[in-house]
Amino acid sequence: MQELDIAGQGSIRVTRKSNNVVILEKDLATEQMVLAMGPQHPSTHGVLKLECLTDGEVITEAVPYLGYLHRCFEKCCENVDYPAIVPYTDRLDYLAGMNSEFAYAIAVEKLLDVEIPRRVEFIRVIVAELNRIASHLVAIGTYGIDLGAFTPFLFCFRDREHILGLLEWASGARMLYNYIWVGGLAYDVPSDFNKRVKEFVDYFRPQTVELYKLLTENEIFVKRTKGIGIMPADVAINYGWSGPMLRGSGVDWDLRRNDPYSVYPELDFKVPLPDGKVSDIGDCLSRHLVRALEMEESLKIIEQCIDKMPSSEGFNPRSAVPKRVRPKAGEVYARAENPRGELGFYIQSDGKSTKPLRCKARSSCFVNLSAMKDLSKGQLIPDLVAIIGSIDIVLGEVDR
Amino acid sequence: MEEGKVLSQSVQLSAAAYAIIHEKFGAALSAFDSNETMPFFEVIDISLWPEIALFMRDHPKLRFNYMACLSGVDFQAEDKVGIVCNIESLGQFNHKLAVKVKCPRSGGSIPSVAYVWHTANWHEREAYDMFGMLFTGHPDMRRILCPDDWEGYPLLKDYKVQETYHGIKVPY
Repeated sequence: MQELDIAGQGSIRVTRKSNNVVILEKDLATEQMVLAMGPQHPSTHGVLKLECLTDGEVITEAVPYLGYLHRCFEKCCENVDYPAIVPYTDRLDYLAGMNSEFAYAIAVEKLLDVEIPRRVEFIRVIVAELNRIASHLVAIGTYGIDLGAFTPFLFCFRDREHILGLLEWASGARMLYNYIWVGGLAYDVPSDFNKRVKEFVDYFRPQTVELYKLLTENEIFVKRTKGIGIMPADVAINYGWSGPMLRGSGVDWDLRRNDPYSVYPELDFKVPLPDGKVSDIGDCLSRHLVRALEMEESLKIIEQCIDKMPSSEGFNPRSAVPKRVRPKAGEVYARAENPRGELGFYIQSDGKSTKPLRCKARSSCFVNLSAMKDLSKGQLIPDLVAIIGSIDIVLGEVDR
Repeated sequence: MEEGKVLSQSVQLSAAAYAIIHEKFGAALSAFDSNETMPFFEVIDISLWPEIALFMRDHPKLRFNYMACLSGVDFQAEDKVGIVCNIESLGQFNHKLAVKVKCPRSGGSIPSVAYVWHTANWHEREAYDMFGMLFTGHPDMRRILCPDDWEGYPLLKDYKVQETYHGIKVPY
């Protein structure tokens, strides 16, 4: 790449792609244009509106407008009993219902101080990790579509169908499960469940390699994502990023290991981080890479859980489920590692009522999306699509 | 703090962090509440809240660099609304602490900490949207989830929903 002699050139506009400076415009001051992207745009993954101020092809500012899917989750919570909130949490992050239920159950159980049977804990981790893979498959598949790769999407959805089938077998529903209850589970898993999950793990492991070759190593894909939307680690922390987004910026932080809950301390798994060889640390490709590598770790966790799980003899999944959930007065903030980051529940109980005084969901997508303004500044419009895709938002969780 | 109560390790860490903040700001803070589920303190002199926040973030022994959550809360019994911030030190220390800031129920305002933690930016907008307290010094104080012309603040305990919105019947 040639050296730039900026002096005496008047107004020029440059952009950066993988350390190469590219001149976009010379001696051109175009009129600023407002471009509304969404709420019905396919690559905003739902009803998100971005109001972009553009100067030619370059975005000077992109302001997100939310609330199109606001369903008053927190107001609903104040009017129903604790166990009745579980189905609402499914509808927050509808691609990872099990994980949302898990986080909510942990929060209420902390207030109640109940002992959870070990088999329940292992089943919870298995279904949550299965759901994590399913969610990552959607994230990766739709990210491919955003950038013009259609085949990986079909491959991802084919494999996701296996997981949905397994979860349907266990809970009776494909996406909105109401399976993890406060203090236990709705049902025990079917008798052959572990065998089938093992079969799935054996089937899916080669598929992750195939997917990696098909998409992550695809040259077109890499050119669209490498060096785009770089977020430095300290800024990412200040923005409150979590999950694959934060790890994409090179911060070694995973709630399953750093703030352990359930039986995760007994399990052996790695936290994948971008090493800077394939991607520039903090860019869109890093975030995609973390998700792609995380699926393998989830498979490892599932295998260990199946081996360590106590047998179903004399097991009652509802043995620790309270007849009436009435926690002592107090507050709790509990969280779990969702596919999209930290999902936390802040719950306030007055000690008398069976309904929470206040229940706030700290949504990971909401927080991750708030960095949009900084991420998109100075990027090209097509790159904006790559950036939104890499954030992997679920509008149900953003708007609640 | 009650005498003779055995605190778990994480609450001890929070208590140690609180001691450092208390040393600097003294009477501006309430006593430390060492409950097991969410240890917290309250900021009494709320005009000092941004200064306390900055101190918590930048002090070499505190480094509260990560704001996990900021929830608006209606403290109806005290006739106040407020925020509960769950702050922790990510990657450097292991302590976390919750901070409560309260203001009067009608026409109250709380100084913004959006410049200290970017996370607070959208969360403060959400708290304003749902509870109606203003955040002074916030860069973009607008509603975020409800429409701009929505009447009232939905999460207040005495909230009554408006009858019609642009000619659409609201209560179902």
